[in-house]
Amino acid sequence: MPRRLPKKDVVIIGFGWTGAIMANELTDEGLDVIAIERGPWRDAPTDFPPTYMQDELRYRVRHELFLRPDQLTFTFRNMMSQTALPIRSWGAFMPPNGVGGGGTHWNAEMWRFLPSDFVLRTHLTERYGASFLPADMTIQDWGITYDELEPHYDRFEYLCGTSGQAGNLKGKILEGGNPFEGPRSRPYPTPPQAQPFSHTLFGKAAQELGYKPFPQPSGNLSQAYTNPLGLRLGPCTYCGFCEWFGCSNYSKASPQTTLIPYLIRKANFTARDNSEVIRINLDRSGTRATGVTFVDTSGEEWEQQADLVILSAFALFNVQLLLHSGIGKPYDPVANTGVVGRNYTHQTISTVNGFFDNRKFNFNPFIGSGSIGMCIDEFNGDNFDHGPHGFVGGGYMGQVQTGGRPIESTLVPPGTPKWGADWKKAVKDNYLSTVKPGTGVHGSFYSYRDVYLDLDPTYTDRFGRPLMRITMDLKENEIKQNKFLTDKFAEIIKAMGAEKLAVQYRKGPYDITTYQTTHVNGGAVMGTDPNTSALNRYLQSWDVPNLFVLGATAFPQNPGYNPTLTVGALAYWAAAAIRGKYLKNPGRLVDA
Amino acid sequence: MKSSNPTWFVIRRREFLAGTAMFLFGATRVRAATIAGQLPWTPNAGAPPSRAKLGPWEFFTGEEGRAMEALADCIIPPDAETPGGKDAGCAVFVDRQLAGPYGRREGLYVRPPFQAGTKSQGPQSEKGPAQHYREALAALDRGCKAKYGERPFADLPVADKDEVLRELEKGDFKLDGIDGQSFFEQVVKDVQMGFFADPIYGGNRDMVAWKMIGYPGARYNYLDWVSRHNERFPLPPVGITGSAQWTR
Ligand SMILES: Cc1cc2nc3c(=O)[nH]c(=O)nc-3n(C[C@H](O)[C@H](O)[C@H](O)COP(=O)(O)OP(=O)(O)OC[C@H]3O[C@@H](n4cnc5c(N)ncnc54)[C@H](O)[C@@H]3O)c2cc1C
Ligand code: SF4
Repeated sequence: MPRRLPKKDVVIIGFGWTGAIMANELTDEGLDVIAIERGPWRDAPTDFPPTYMQDELRYRVRHELFLRPDQLTFTFRNMMSQTALPIRSWGAFMPPNGVGGGGTHWNAEMWRFLPSDFVLRTHLTERYGASFLPADMTIQDWGITYDELEPHYDRFEYLCGTSGQAGNLKGKILEGGNPFEGPRSRPYPTPPQAQPFSHTLFGKAAQELGYKPFPQPSGNLSQAYTNPLGLRLGPCTYCGFCEWFGCSNYSKASPQTTLIPYLIRKANFTARDNSEVIRINLDRSGTRATGVTFVDTSGEEWEQQADLVILSAFALFNVQLLLHSGIGKPYDPVANTGVVGRNYTHQTISTVNGFFDNRKFNFNPFIGSGSIGMCIDEFNGDNFDHGPHGFVGGGYMGQVQTGGRPIESTLVPPGTPKWGADWKKAVKDNYLSTVKPGTGVHGSFYSYRDVYLDLDPTYTDRFGRPLMRITMDLKENEIKQNKFLTDKFAEIIKAMGAEKLAVQYRKGPYDITTYQTTHVNGGAVMGTDPNTSALNRYLQSWDVPNLFVLGATAFPQNPGYNPTLTVGALAYWAAAAIRGKYLKNPGRLVDA
Repeated sequence: MKSSNPTWFVIRRREFLAGTAMFLFGATRVRAATIAGQLPWTPNAGAPPSRAKLGPWEFFTGEEGRAMEALADCIIPPDAETPGGKDAGCAVFVDRQLAGPYGRREGLYVRPPFQAGTKSQGPQSEKGPAQHYREALAALDRGCKAKYGERPFADLPVADKDEVLRELEKGDFKLDGIDGQSFFEQVVKDVQMGFFADPIYGGNRDMVAWKMIGYPGARYNYLDWVSRHNERFPLPPVGITGSAQWTR
């Protein structure tokens, strides 16, 4: 029998970005809130101090800050006809673990989605006709519009102190910003970061080719900033140990720097770390959550009852917990029924490395930050006419010099041997004069009928529960999209003056061993129809109205941007609905 | 709905810990705790790294160590300015890695069944890297002895060593019972990793690799250089344990 803790008003599963946002909103409402986090407490002075955090082997190669697969992993296969096998060590994405969640070790690239992204199926069908979309593509509208989300985008940007240049202020297009963005109500809270040499070269080349380059919106702050909660962030020092690492400088927007020190002082807030929720408990009717059961690191089982349950355990773990708790109808791709596990997506990324004459170019690649960048958005979403190209979707592209950590960044031109004296010489000759954009092309990943999540029939976790199974492949549409974008990107890198290019298209099959961002999405999507969505437009479970599910889990498909600004904005949007509507009259906020 | 009493202190509930049954995830010691009122802070909570010890092999036998050093020098040959893989400590790096959590596959998912899959499904071997190295290095020496008249890899002339590597790379040099090509890829990756990792792990001795490429190492502040475009950064590298000049 699990030991019982005193009942709370609200239990929050997972204390990362969305868990911390929701905890702050609901404690402001006077509710008694507990957040339960699977991983350890993490903060700059104890866990990533500048005395030893600059350790590429430990944090980048050996994944120090991430979940260990022996604690929990997934199985994977490309097609339904294959046997899924366990992901024994991480590759394609990096599951967060610990207080702060992915917000601890993210890059902090902070993009808004395009207005058309939220009404994707309607928009594309109107412009190109329904037959333009592949038959098995299951993209749909979100049930929310950009205009509804705008105030919440704004709130999250001001919480973080985001550094950037507005491109569309209340409908007025501004020079130097992203002219394609939706209208914003205010400029960014802080100006763009300083740009290293390779970025200014990229900007110049892009401009000469007729594009409108702009600095990437960044949560690595260009200057000191005090956020609306009174928390202070320092200026980023371009240390180059950003993504995959925690920031020692309090310069990266994260739950630790923007929310937790404020939240923890509230009398009606408690957190528990090293405690993994294994189930959301339901009452007899199966339509009301009574709380959660969790296991701490000593193996002890606990029950936490609550009136309201917030599931904010990161995209994949949200779906896993829904499946393990029997909430919502599991998706069946053959019968095309059910919703939990449906419309799982990732990101279609690729890059082009440019090798320059080292007598003329020195890029100091180690000077960088996770979300610094010079980008263009001409080929994102539906910003260009897809008619002649035979695919839908797109992405932004840019030079993003995140750091020159040498295990990862000692690149050699194509054709160089992989070892020996010639390799060594090439490493030496090229390290300072190579442009390595990392995720240079950041493309959309749309949803398909046979790309989904369900429970594995064979492999189990340490509690004997089935692992969640990922069935995912890259489809013709995304491969074409990537080829088109990567070629455009290569033209810019070439125009910068590169002598040699290494063009790395994204090709099938989808590969679970190579990193393709940690932007995994969907599986319990939001929408207007309970037959094709697990959550209503307020992220409330259709089946269990006192359960709200936060995170990219709700994305019906993935646009060509990083998810988190939208994930955070949706958390504020859901919080507003809980505060303004749900608490007054707990129950379904939308009729099914 | 009401609020509970304020808790203005950190409750570290040691009674939650069922002593020896404690699971450990990650390098950091973990204990479940309830946190309220203020941020928790424990000295050294994050477990600073410890320096790879000098001295004898920890994982390799003498024979294996010799083979590894020879491999390291083929993969990264010495030249007039920069030492090779052996003198840079790359074999020591691999040895310490195999003797540690990496070699034991600590934290990885190692539950059965082990089944062969597609390349895109990732490694599914029942063996960890430590066992893999042990078998592969033995097979390499057996293969060399058979082909080059009873000489193990380490005793071959440089030209023959290079030839063995070239053939391993192409898949032409067979190692009995072992996928020679994937072993080759693993060795190249591990040796080069040791060359570029922080010297604290045993390779990149005196930061030779970082000096070679112009990487300033474990510095943390480039505010004064980010806008100095196309100008070489003037300072020498530092590692996690500092700079050689500071202690000599
Ligand atoms: C290396 C890296 C770089 C990234 N860069 C960017 C970027 O530049 N821009 C961007 O937009 N996004 C980026 N992301 C993604 C970003 O981190 C996530 O989108 C974001 O953190 C999601 O917020 P969340 O609240 O949904 O989940 P998280 O912030 O991950 O929080 C979820 C928390 O729940 C906990 N949890 C999980 N299961 C349980 C359980 N059963 N019981 C208790 N707790 C549980 C987890 O340990 C975690 O702490 C990056 C991610 C990574 C890994
Ligand atoms: S690059 Fe900037 S924000 Fe990122 S970890 Fe370094 S100092 Fe922090």
